[in-house]
Amino acid sequence: MLFFSYFKELVGKEVTVELKNDLAIRGTLHSVDQYLNIKLENTRVVDQDKYPHMLSVRNCFIRGSVVRYVLLPQDGVDIDILHDATRREARGG
Amino acid sequence: MAAAAAAAAAAAEEEIAVKEPLDLIRLSLDERIYVKLRSDRELRGKLHAYDQHLNMILGDVEEIVTTVEIDDETYEEIVRTTKRTIPFLFVRGDGVILVSPPLRTA
Repeated sequence: MLFFSYFKELVGKEVTVELKNDLAIRGTLHSVDQYLNIKLENTRVVDQDKYPHMLSVRNCFIRGSVVRYVLLPQDGVDIDILHDATRREARGG
Repeated sequence: MAAAAAAAAAAAEEEIAVKEPLDLIRLSLDERIYVKLRSDRELRGKLHAYDQHLNMILGDVEEIVTTVEIDDETYEEIVRTTKRTIPFLFVRGDGVILVSPPLRTA
């Protein structure tokens, strides 16, 4: 639940989602669900020369299981809050 | 008074006890760790958050990707490593192979 809550805090921010097939998509985080499926708006593919067929895609749903990384904004969430939430989660809370 | 001290000591004990594998990772919170991932990727970064799937948030990450190419003529293997740094990164747990805590010298 930790990361679900974390991503909900990030809604409206710019993120880059890197997929397991190396495709990287940058866009505004519109929403997220419990599987960490992600919906992005105003998307653009980071390497447009390599993936020209993605040029016209402006918003998309990404299945959580194909995500490798999400590059996050640095001013996302307070790091101390993250640590506390992680410890709570580790204790099974 | 003594009971409170004992309770505090017990809580501290619980904090450092390693009873299950994930406890080792809990002790690495806020420390630089090494993560080996699928498809020949390695990460070094400061662990800010994790869960039971080993989803993680790392800070000041250095990613190293190792690729092997075969030379067309000599069929020699050419190993290339590509490095990049990422300030703040979420890693999905299903790609994680191993997590190693920082080396402790103390």
